Amino acid sequence: MLFYSFFKSLIGKEVVVELKNDLAICGTLHSVDQYLNVKLTDINVTDPDKYPHMLSVKNCFIRGSVIRYVQLPADEVDTQLLQDAARKESVHSRQ
Amino acid sequence: MDNQRNNQNQQRALDHTIAKGCANLLDEIDKRLLVVLRDGRTLIGILRSVDQFANLVLQQSVERIHVGDKYGDIPRGIFLVRGDSVVLIGEIDQQKERYAPLKRVEMEVILEAQRIEQEIKAERDARRAQAFKERGLLYQTEAGITEDN
Repeated sequence: MLFYSFFKSLIGKEVVVELKNDLAICGTLHSVDQYLNVKLTDINVTDPDKYPHMLSVKNCFIRGSVIRYVQLPADEVDTQLLQDAARKESVHSRQ
Repeated sequence: MDNQRNNQNQQRALDHTIAKGCANLLDEIDKRLLVVLRDGRTLIGILRSVDQFANLVLQQSVERIHVGDKYGDIPRGIFLVRGDSVVLIGEIDQQKERYAPLKRVEMEVILEAQRIEQEIKAERDARRAQAFKERGLLYQTEAGITEDN
């Protein structure tokens, strides 16, 4: 659940989602759920010539299982906090 | 009266369990959506039903084929899409659609264009596979999203 909470803290920020079919979509993170499905608003496709069907789409839902990477705004991520949370979670799961 | 309230409560509980599963695809119900599938196909249809796995029912659906700057639609009727083959569900923006630099053509035209494109691609893949083989390598074609990638 750590990454779910983490992504929830990034709602409203601009992210780039890279999919397993090599499509990269840049947009504002609108919502996320427990499967890490994400909804993006105001999207732009990095390579529109290769994916012309995305030209008429503004908001989209992406299934979590097809996401390869999510590029985050570096200054919005508190890595120290994330590390601590990861340690805390691992201690919890061991108990 | 009580019955009605009970029904409402049940509906609310149901909404809650569904809403927990999916980043609110319920908001998109009865809208015309563009669905990209794992094999690379693109469907456009009216979303009539959805569940926590993103299984979908699309009504009046068409399959949209793009070749270069042209596109064409093939009528497909009602579609039940299994959730695990869904890549992306997009809301079609009328304004963006109008200004997209694409030209709509007839179904036959786009099918012919697609056939030619596939032939060229197959030929290129065969050439590459041959070149890779001569060097003792295995060439994998770029396809959609399969189970192992």
